[in-house]
Amino acid sequence: MRKVAIAGVGMTKFGASEKSLVELFTEAALEAINDSGIKPGNVQALFVGNCLGDFSEGQANIGGFLASELGLPPGVPATRFEGACATASVAVRDAFMWVASGFYDVVLVGGVEKILNMGTPMATRTFAMASDSKYEVFSGLTFPGVFAMLAHMYSVKYNIPLPKLKERMARVAVKNHANGAKNPLAQFQKEIDVDTVLNSAMISDPLQLYDCCPFSDGAAAVVLTTEEIAKKVIDKPVYILGTGQGSAGALGRQKDYTVMQSRIASARQAYDMAGLGPEDIDVCELHDCFTIAEIVASECLGFFEFGKGSDALETGETEIGGKIPINPSGGLKAKGHPIGATGAAQVYEIVKQLRGECKDRQVEGAKIGMTDTLGGDAGTIVNLILGI
Amino acid sequence: MYKLNYSQYFEALKEDKLLGLKCSDCGSYTTPPKVCCENCAGMNLEMVQLSGKGEIKTYTVTRVAPQGLKAPYIVALVELQEGPWLMGNVVNVDPDEATIELIGKEVIVRHKVVTELDYTGGEGVVPAFYVQ
Repeated sequence: MRKVAIAGVGMTKFGASEKSLVELFTEAALEAINDSGIKPGNVQALFVGNCLGDFSEGQANIGGFLASELGLPPGVPATRFEGACATASVAVRDAFMWVASGFYDVVLVGGVEKILNMGTPMATRTFAMASDSKYEVFSGLTFPGVFAMLAHMYSVKYNIPLPKLKERMARVAVKNHANGAKNPLAQFQKEIDVDTVLNSAMISDPLQLYDCCPFSDGAAAVVLTTEEIAKKVIDKPVYILGTGQGSAGALGRQKDYTVMQSRIASARQAYDMAGLGPEDIDVCELHDCFTIAEIVASECLGFFEFGKGSDALETGETEIGGKIPINPSGGLKAKGHPIGATGAAQVYEIVKQLRGECKDRQVEGAKIGMTDTLGGDAGTIVNLILGI
Repeated sequence: MYKLNYSQYFEALKEDKLLGLKCSDCGSYTTPPKVCCENCAGMNLEMVQLSGKGEIKTYTVTRVAPQGLKAPYIVALVELQEGPWLMGNVVNVDPDEATIELIGKEVIVRHKVVTELDYTGGEGVVPAFYVQ
């Protein structure tokens, strides 16, 4: 396998947007191409993540329209990927493999989503489509519900009384909002406190509104290329050192999903490929779709022992400047979660962190970063390890 | 190939019979049905009727419903006596009275037919859990 570099990154502001799916992706893609110093005519393939375009805009088969919009030649394949909230990470991992294998030298890859125009009931319905359609969706399971059940299970399993766990969960939201306040592309750029979370509306017991990431529109894109080309066109290539992807069936089949086997397997692949371990990671963007999700992910990735992840919210170990800064971008919670774009946006943040371009939210001296993206109820998990 | 498919499982559930599969290789049970054993992926499966009894492992009260459904309602995961975990609705507890004390409670499994959701490819039959 060849060493694969990220030559350029681009990202729109997340939040409500009047732009179309094509316009949003184009904005991110052109920024990534310009950032890379590679000419659009040299892009050999376009991989795009989009999950819900069929429902939000009536747009299937978006690949060709994006290739056309960007003026790519007719011989450039444009392929849509879907893996629920991990959509863009699946696309990035596949693009990595095509470049690593030697088949392509330059791939443009990213994701785009529009959610807000669907409204909450329809958005909730379409998100639920990422759960098992025959055996679990008919129960009225929602995504807040998946993680609400996780929070209850976690509280009982580790004997952490629910009020104590909820306060620690609230601190995840407080931390990520504080980080998001320093990110000009974040959907929410305001700080909150624990009471903001604990006084917000109940969404799915025990998760309240501020335990949940928002619905978002947005896009992000990256340009992958070889080490050789990257060194010619840019000053600070970031390399993809390891990738992993895991799979799982319906939630009931996973049983105790406080320990997500698909995530552990995915992270292990990424660590093994990179020849690194959790102790080597300087900064991590992980899938905090709900506050409890950040805690559980931080354990599955090996940053904390199982059952101990919530302690870090009291010690500050996951803050910028802590032992393992988690979600300096604001995470899904504050930055926003346009699901088809999220994985590429995580890569965007890690690349910016490793280049030292994050200003007020910079993790000083970060050399190795990791992304973690969860699709559906852990049905698809992708991890990427990046380094300079 | 399939010893038990989803429509057979749904039809039996409509009569409050919970069907599953017993693996001749490892002895474990799988439900809802799959083509292979959840434990060992073996395909020497035998269709069996399960006890329909279990214990609540976790739950939530959904207060923001997907399009088509009305909140609040209780979603739960139940560990059946035979081992598999099953998702369904706790139907004999007032959602506003539900607390974490529900976890560990014993239930019996009956059913509920769901026709209110769009994009489902037909009606659904959901395990309805009755707390004992």
